[in-house]
Amino acid sequence: MTKVHHHEFDVVIVGAGGAGMRAAIEAGPHARTAVITKLFPTRSHTGAAQGGMAAALANVEEDSWEWHTFDTVKGGDYLVDQDAAEILAKESVQAVIDLENMGLPFNRTPDGKIDQRRFGGHTRDHGKAPVRRSCYAADRTGHMILQTLYQTCVKLGIEFFNEFYVLDMIMTEVDGQEVPAAVVAYDLATGEIHIVRGKSIVYATGGFGKIFKTTSNAHTLTGDGIGIIWRKGLPLEDMEFYQFHPTGLAGLGILLSEAARGEGGILRNASGERFMERYAPTIKDLAPRDMVARAMANEVREGRGAGPNKDYVLLDLTHLEPAVIDAKLPDITEFARTYLGVEPYTEPVPVFPTAHYAMGGIPTNIKAEVLRDNDTVVPGLYAAGECACVSVHGANRLGTNSLLDINVFGKRAGMYAVEYAKTAKLPPLPDNAEAGVIALLDKVRNSKGDEKVAVLRKELQDTMDANAQVYRTEESLNEALNKISELRARYEKISIQDHGQRFNTDLLEAVELGFLLDLAEVLAYASRERRESRGGHFREDYLERNDDKFMVHSMLYREGEPTGEIGAGIRVDWKPVVITNYQPMERKY
Amino acid sequence: MSDVKEIAEIPSFTVKLSIRRFDPEKSEEASWQEYEVEMHATDRVLDALHKIKWEQDGSLTFRRSCAHGVCGSDAVRINGRNRLACKTLIKDLDINSTITVEPIKGLPVEKDLIVDMNPFYQAYKDINPFLVANDKPEKERLQSPEDRARYDDTTKCILCAACTTSCPVFWTDGQYFGPAAIVNAHRFIFDSRDEEADVRLDILNDKEGVWRCRTTFNCTEACPRGIEVTKAIAEVKQAILRGRP
Ligand SMILES: Cc1cc2nc3c(=O)[nH]c(=O)nc-3n(C[C@H](O)[C@H](O)[C@H](O)COP(=O)(O)OP(=O)(O)OC[C@H]3O[C@@H](n4cnc5c(N)ncnc54)[C@H](O)[C@@H]3O)c2cc1C
Ligand code: SF4
Ligand code: FES
Repeated sequence: MTKVHHHEFDVVIVGAGGAGMRAAIEAGPHARTAVITKLFPTRSHTGAAQGGMAAALANVEEDSWEWHTFDTVKGGDYLVDQDAAEILAKESVQAVIDLENMGLPFNRTPDGKIDQRRFGGHTRDHGKAPVRRSCYAADRTGHMILQTLYQTCVKLGIEFFNEFYVLDMIMTEVDGQEVPAAVVAYDLATGEIHIVRGKSIVYATGGFGKIFKTTSNAHTLTGDGIGIIWRKGLPLEDMEFYQFHPTGLAGLGILLSEAARGEGGILRNASGERFMERYAPTIKDLAPRDMVARAMANEVREGRGAGPNKDYVLLDLTHLEPAVIDAKLPDITEFARTYLGVEPYTEPVPVFPTAHYAMGGIPTNIKAEVLRDNDTVVPGLYAAGECACVSVHGANRLGTNSLLDINVFGKRAGMYAVEYAKTAKLPPLPDNAEAGVIALLDKVRNSKGDEKVAVLRKELQDTMDANAQVYRTEESLNEALNKISELRARYEKISIQDHGQRFNTDLLEAVELGFLLDLAEVLAYASRERRESRGGHFREDYLERNDDKFMVHSMLYREGEPTGEIGAGIRVDWKPVVITNYQPMERKY
Repeated sequence: MSDVKEIAEIPSFTVKLSIRRFDPEKSEEASWQEYEVEMHATDRVLDALHKIKWEQDGSLTFRRSCAHGVCGSDAVRINGRNRLACKTLIKDLDINSTITVEPIKGLPVEKDLIVDMNPFYQAYKDINPFLVANDKPEKERLQSPEDRARYDDTTKCILCAACTTSCPVFWTDGQYFGPAAIVNAHRFIFDSRDEEADVRLDILNDKEGVWRCRTTFNCTEACPRGIEVTKAIAEVKQAILRGRP
């Protein structure tokens, strides 16, 4: 018999990356707060973020939150909810000040203020020229944010459940409404189950880049939180919008921040041509990521790629002073040295687009409340960070807007979760709350087939890279969906080798694969249904943006168990985009 | 632009690994187990561990997340030296002899390469790893680039424990704060915005504090972030003697 433990809190936060800990800092002092995280907090992938965090501080040149809003909306190919983008931009200044006050060691200007630098898609006065808006700490801004937030959590005495995997959420009815009552977690160290009840529950579980083979995401970014929400029958929004970052180390996917181009780095093809001049004459290498990634892929497709297989392009930093590289880009240049053996002072670095960021996710409103349809809130349920879709990133996120997002909406999630918990009662816990997780784990443990988790995962990642990456068509997406159906059937026949209770990562990798399959299927399905090209979603069979039909968010619903038939069990609906000031225009740079 | 360096076909070869296994559910004793895997020169030791786990032995257990040296999950002892498995390239090891991989030393082993990190985290918490500043600025606090540079090196720490678990003093005395805790204290002691340097200096003036350091430089060699750990410890020692940062 698996041992089951019970806990009660006011606010329960799932995930200890930037969004989760920022929420905890807001909630901790006002309500009994728990943070449950499958990784020790400082190991969360926020720590991998490099380039910076956008805020119109105007420390080094004129800037305004209104320009920032415009850039965010335009960068997102007008699929951004403009009310949310306004909040993001307006609250950015305070978000940076909060972090500085907590101790974050930002780089400084000669007069001691927070220094700022350029980043793709951020401009002065509605696209006139690049603007210095990104606040940064060398090229380890995410590391500093994660450390600073954790330090602040230690200071506040926040309670963490580390290396606990949340695998299920229990919903119950209160006053005729479905509300969350608890999450069910698996303790990696002991294999025991913990039921953690809360008045409000906040999801901050990050992204799911591991559905792709080439990705900047950590092995642990398997989208569990989004998967749980999906399995509860709640919708997901804009899942077709996944960002491929232009500069992953070729063949590896490890990210080289856009800061490299912000500091003057130039992309070149095999003949040394600065090809971005052809694709975005005004801002060239600093065009938004979707455009740069497609331009790179196009150079390679048309035979202008570099290397023995002509399958990558080159990031040239050789004209930068070594001292500038050392001061501003030390970590990423070291990645090039360590993993490719390339010396960025003197040699251009082989790069190719890498799966990077989920624009879509759990639909929320500007109070970080989770939605069950286009406008009905699930009381007591919140989401923030990469797992959420507010939507401030629309069809394509601008660099430095995610570290901002996790801070602004993480803070809001914490604040509103506390506000709700102040008056709400602890929802009653249904009997046998642990049953779902125990069944899920037993199924994997007892399964005796001859399929291997690693093999299925690799086949999934291969098909997603081949069929649902920078270029997509009806045919390629159907192919992905077909493959996923096949993998689902084979997933029923897996077996694992570790049958122990303690630190059973073999078991958890199998469970995580289940979430990956779910999310890959929703992504491919949503991509097929959006028959237009917009932002990060590019359809070769529908080259144009189609505002008449698709100036709407997709809302994906799970309609029962997957049957094995392509896309069966998924329904797509659409949700209007919130427009305040900016009417859709053609996106030119 | 200088010449384009072409990445040629990467050679592959068979690598032998000997991994220290321990699973208290199966046996009280730890033992070495040998594996052979086909690897490319540019692969990392973490890739080899994954290959074993995914293709040969699913029960092999280790921590990992980012796979590029920024999360601090996978510090292990490779050929007797503490390193991150994800930052150690196979080609940089002697592939003609067996590569040994074992858990970092001085912390209780839980299973295979996983150790109990709690004593390590406790030492970190004991030095008050957070900014203490009582003023309530309206905007950012100012800090000159020179003041910012004073503690830059020690802000890089990812709490991987490679330094502390390479320290002979820590091996024999688990009560010693250890280099990582001192590095993190340094990060605040020399931050011009912080007001509690004296408290931290006092904590580290304890008998289990900086004076236990024997300057063996193991920690500096072990640090995957290139932090000059021994230098940081020396600066803390001097600050204690001076009575201020
Ligand atoms: C290499 C890289 C560089 C980047 N650079 C930038 C940049 O310069 N600027 C920018 O704005 N953005 C950048 N981004 C994007 C940004 O860093 C991320 O989108 C953001 O940090 C996500 O934060 P998060 O808190 O939502 O998730 P994460 O930091 O990923 O945290 C997720 C948390 O959820 C927990 N979790 C997940 N599943 C479970 C579960 N089942 N049970 C319990 N806990 C769980 C994990 O333990 C973790 O604590 C970058 C991203 C990458 C990958
Ligand atoms: S100082 Fe270096 S070795 Fe020590 S914990 Fe920090 S990063 Fe790891
Ligand atoms: S896996 Fe993150 S440091 Fe090695």
